[in-house]
Amino acid sequence: MRRALGPGLLLLVLVASAVAAADKTIPMPPDHAYATLKPGAGVEVTRQQCVSCHSTDYIVMQPRGNAKQWDGVVTKMIKVFGAPVSDQDAKTIVEYLATQYGN
Amino acid sequence: MLDLSRRDAAKRLARFGALLAAGGLVGAPTIAPAQDDLVLARRPLVRYPEKTDLILLTSRPPQLETPMKYFDRAITPNEAFFVRYHVFPIPLEVDLATWRLRVTGRVDRPLELSLDDLKTKFPRAAVTAVNQCSGNSRGRFSPRVLGGQWGDGAMGNAEWVGARLKDILTAAGVRQGSVQATFDGLDKPAFPSVPDFVKSLDIARIMEDPDILVAYQMNGAALPMLNGYPARLVVPGWYATYWVKNLSEIEVVDQVFEKFWMKPGYRIPDNACGCVQPGTAPARTVPINRMTVRSFIASPVPGARVPVGRPVTLKGIAFDGGYGVQEVQLSADGGTTWRRADLGSDLGRYSFREWTATWTPAQAGPARVMVRAFNRIGESQGREPLWNPAGYLRNVIEHIDLQVG
Ligand code: HEC
Repeated sequence: MRRALGPGLLLLVLVASAVAAADKTIPMPPDHAYATLKPGAGVEVTRQQCVSCHSTDYIVMQPRGNAKQWDGVVTKMIKVFGAPVSDQDAKTIVEYLATQYGN
Repeated sequence: MLDLSRRDAAKRLARFGALLAAGGLVGAPTIAPAQDDLVLARRPLVRYPEKTDLILLTSRPPQLETPMKYFDRAITPNEAFFVRYHVFPIPLEVDLATWRLRVTGRVDRPLELSLDDLKTKFPRAAVTAVNQCSGNSRGRFSPRVLGGQWGDGAMGNAEWVGARLKDILTAAGVRQGSVQATFDGLDKPAFPSVPDFVKSLDIARIMEDPDILVAYQMNGAALPMLNGYPARLVVPGWYATYWVKNLSEIEVVDQVFEKFWMKPGYRIPDNACGCVQPGTAPARTVPINRMTVRSFIASPVPGARVPVGRPVTLKGIAFDGGYGVQEVQLSADGGTTWRRADLGSDLGRYSFREWTATWTPAQAGPARVMVRAFNRIGESQGREPLWNPAGYLRNVIEHIDLQVG
C-alpha cells in the first residue's frame, strides 16, 4: 500500500495539508555547495561540530586568519553560544581552520 | 463563500508549487556578476522562496544580498530585498488563524492582536524608509573584521504600511516608570544556549516617533516570509537590527534590556564618529542607532567601457539616517572638483533619494567616478573610511572605475 503512494500523490497530500494549515508556507532550501569546507586534516570534526547552528558558509566567508583568530571564533562559539565542543575537538578545529583558512 | 475560499486555495496551491520549484533552483552554478569585486567574487546567485536571484552570504540561517543593479531606482522590489536572519530555525510557516502579536509586561491591558486587528483597530500609517543592515559593506573594512562579509547590498528601500507602534502601546496602556519595550520574532534558536534574537527601544523614543510602525505591507503587498511576514517592526532612520521580523511579542520592561543582541551585540564606540583607531578596541560602547550618510553609483556597472567625448548617464541612490538628502555630488578628478547631480522625486526624509548625472569623459584610459551626499544638517561621507571592530557604520565616499575609449 505504501509503495502505491507515488511521489506525485505524496506531494499533493503535502501541499493540501500545507494549504489547510497555513496562510504562508515556504520550503527551506538546503545548504549551498558554497559552504563546503576544504578537505584536510580535521575537516570531519569541524563539519560535525560547526554545522548544527548554522551552515558552514559562516566559516568559509570569513577573512583568512591565524590560529589566534580561529581560536577566538571557536572559543566564542563555545562560551557565548554554548556549542558543545570538547577541548580536544576545539584544538583539532582551530588547527584545521588555521591551516585551510589561514593567512 | 465556498467559491471564494476554493479560488483562494487554488491560488495558494499555485504559489506553493512555484515556491517548491524556486527552492529547487538553489545550487544552480550561477555566479554573481561582480567577479572583479573581491568581496563578492565566487559568491553564488541563489533563489530563495518569494525572492529573485540574490547573492548568497549564508544559507542557514539565510543571509542574501541585493545585487547593485537594483539601486538605480528609489524603491527596491520585494523579491530583490536583502535577507538577514541571525538564528536557526527561521519561521517557514505562518497561520493567520493562530498568529498573534502579543503585547505584555508593564501594561494595563495586555493585548493579543490578530493581523486583522492590526489592520482595523489602528489608524493605517505609511512611511517610505531605508532598511540597511548595521554590517552593510563589512567585507570592505581594512583591516578586515569577522562577521558577515557583506558587499554593499544589505540595504533596500520600501514603502511600509502598518499600525503605529505608539498607538499599539497606548492601547495597551504603558505603566508609569517603564523604560523600554523589547521585540521578539518567530525565529527561535534550536539550541537553548543560543540567545534568542530580541531587540529593544526606549519607550520615550517610541512615544515621540509616529513613524515607527508595525508594518504588514511592503510596497503594496504582504511581506515576503523572509522579510518578516506577517508583520515586522519599521524603525525609520535606524539600522535594520531593530526592524524585528516575523514579529510576535512586544514586552514593556522597567529597565534597559541588555541581552546578547543588545549587549555585547550591535554596539558602536561611544564617541561622535562611532570609530576607533584601526585594530584597537573602544573603551565604551553604546547600542548602534541612526544610520550614516551614504550614496552609491548603480549605473554604469564597475569596469564598464564608455566612449570618449560622449555623455554617459550616471545613476544611483543616496540616503541618511532621517534628516533627508540635501545634495549629491560627483567627481571625476579624484575629488578635487565636485559637480551636483540632479535629484529624483522626494519620497520623504527616510527614503532612498534617486539621483542622475551626465558626465562626458575627455580622454581615453582608466577613469574613476566618485560620489558623495550631504544631508540636511550637513553630514556627509569621509574620504577615509572610519573603522570599528564590529564593521558597522561604513560611509566612505564611494566610487566606480570605468574604461574610457
Ligand atoms: C551552539 C550553536 C553554534 C555552534 C555549534 C557553532 N556556532 Fe558559530 N555561530 C553561532 C551563532 C548564534 C552565530 C551568530 C550568527 C549571526 O549573527 O548570524 C555564529 C557565528 C559564527 C561565525 C561568524 C562570526 C561571528 O562571530 O558572528 C563564525 C565564523 C562561526 N560562527 C564559526 C563557527 C565554528 C568554527 C563552529 C564550530 C566550532 C561554530 N561556529 C559552531 C552559533 C553556533
